[in-house]
Amino acid sequence: MVEHRPLLKFVSHAVLILGAIIVAFPLYVTFVASTLSLEEILTVPMPLLPGNRFFENYAQVLTAGTTTGSHAAVGSMLFNSMVMALVVPLGKISISIISAFAIVYFRFPMRNFFFWMIFVTLMLPVEVRIIPTFKVIADLGLLNTYAGLTLPLIASATATFLFRQFFMTIPDELAEAARMDGAGPMRFFFDVVLPLSKTTMAALFVIQFIYGWNQYLWPLLVTSEESMYTTVIGIKRMIVGSDAANEWNLVMATAVLAMLPPALVVVLMQRWFVKGLVDTEK
Amino acid sequence: MAKVELRNVYKSYGTTEIIHGVSMDIADGEFVVMVGPSGCGKSTLLRMIAGLEEISGGDIAIDGRVVNNLEPKDRDIAMVFQQYALYPHMSVHDNMAYGLKIRGLPKAEIETRVQRAAEILELSKLLGRRPRELSGGQRQRVAMGRAIVREPKVFLFDEPLSNLDAKLRVQMRAELQALHKRLGTTTVFVTHDQVEAMTLAQRMMVMNAGHAEQIGAPLEVYGRPASTFVAGFIGSPPMNLIPGTLAEGGAVLLADAGARVGLPAALPKFDGRKLLLGVRPEHLEPCDEAAALLVPDVDFIELLGSDVLVYGHLGADRKGARVAARLHGSMAASDGHLALRFTPKHMHLFDAETGKRIEIE
Repeated sequence: MVEHRPLLKFVSHAVLILGAIIVAFPLYVTFVASTLSLEEILTVPMPLLPGNRFFENYAQVLTAGTTTGSHAAVGSMLFNSMVMALVVPLGKISISIISAFAIVYFRFPMRNFFFWMIFVTLMLPVEVRIIPTFKVIADLGLLNTYAGLTLPLIASATATFLFRQFFMTIPDELAEAARMDGAGPMRFFFDVVLPLSKTTMAALFVIQFIYGWNQYLWPLLVTSEESMYTTVIGIKRMIVGSDAANEWNLVMATAVLAMLPPALVVVLMQRWFVKGLVDTEK
Repeated sequence: MAKVELRNVYKSYGTTEIIHGVSMDIADGEFVVMVGPSGCGKSTLLRMIAGLEEISGGDIAIDGRVVNNLEPKDRDIAMVFQQYALYPHMSVHDNMAYGLKIRGLPKAEIETRVQRAAEILELSKLLGRRPRELSGGQRQRVAMGRAIVREPKVFLFDEPLSNLDAKLRVQMRAELQALHKRLGTTTVFVTHDQVEAMTLAQRMMVMNAGHAEQIGAPLEVYGRPASTFVAGFIGSPPMNLIPGTLAEGGAVLLADAGARVGLPAALPKFDGRKLLLGVRPEHLEPCDEAAALLVPDVDFIELLGSDVLVYGHLGADRKGARVAARLHGSMAASDGHLALRFTPKHMHLFDAETGKRIEIE
């Protein structure tokens, strides 16, 4: 639209700015709270300008955790979260791209059956299968391990389906040309399919990184040792008992730390994202 | 370079047979065009030679070796696809070099071959570009370059020009011919365009519904079509085919709607036979009413500049066979009737039942 109507422009900007403020305000309060002392937070009303305990608060959570709640250092929690947020998407992408490749490019018996098997699992949310999954992981002795934390989340129907849809848009002639050139299936996969899937992979990585980072229910079940807590679980474990008993300044500092990596990933990968959407190399 | 032999080749998908036994010997260095309407099986046949489709029956031999069960890469062939099928993420150079790299050729050898092919196809300045930065004609040339660098025994082309605009198509046609002259590689070319077939082929195979209707040099196919299908497919506008019964000692064809078409020379031995009389539009010439062999009612006229196309109908109330005539000059034909004649050597007869050509001699 190239309409030029000043009033419309003003109203639309006002609405957008208001929306941004509404969304950003809780984040701001979180940040402010993380720079105050506990006493300052508990005063009514809570100050809305940053305090002077920024370094103390962050240093304490990173190295020692809270004193009343969990004592696990957030530093190691961040590491655990990072492991989970990296292993889950990388594992997901590598497994589903290979399964999608098999389903699209190979004619094997019951191909459609297997595809539908994978597809049907889309309909089962994590919560439905969480007890049997827990039992399996427990029986395998994987509680409180990185494997136990990540393995069940790696299998993914969504990613397989996405890659399948993408592969089906690659012209058949390309596969045939590669066959003519003497490329075997795996050669075709690495030389042609993989480079063409780069943008799809980037998109999936971003989505799955956030998914892995924000996991709550599963890590809550499989981790009971403080050293295996992820950041999100850490926040939960820091909150104990009544309102006044919690060190909210430390909890808020942890929350800010928990929000940073996903935000960074989105910001840094955004250019890639857009580039991938703009020039489809097909 | 090699010869290619098709021996009674069949293809079926499940119980549906789509190629019903095609045989042809393609000589070493020959340029053969397979032409036919869409769905006639010409591309399938080409893909069977390429090894992209399984052969249900019969044999295909390249250079004397039966290749039925060989992978495409082991057949020593190169194929150019209709949609070019260039690797989008590779530069022009890498597109051409990819097949050689897989074959494990030394780097220096790859370089010389790519440079030479680029020179032949005038791609030297574009080697660093990606396919999407090229025009249709340039992409087509890269696809050809990818075939050339392999130095295969046989080139296979699957409608490579049909995505280009008319002008570029004529130009690429000439380039293809020049290329074939220069390299002398056996070439099989598939197209639905009869003009492409006529201009490129040393020999052509006209296909219809999974059969090879006629195999021969372009002029032979044009001059002596083996069936009504070939007669209608090759040539534009297509040959006039007038169904009827020969009468009066084989001197007159009694056509539908009471139309009478005279024969330039009586054929007593076919008297009373039901058949189709074929005359090409360009072989009809205007004449006096007295000497006319057929007098169609004119429906409309197309002026092409050098020629005039006249379309009409025979018989009462324009209910008989359609007739087209290509007349020279600006013979702005009068509305109404048009008196036409043709010579015996331009007359074709086809059996009314089978559609096969009837030899007059």
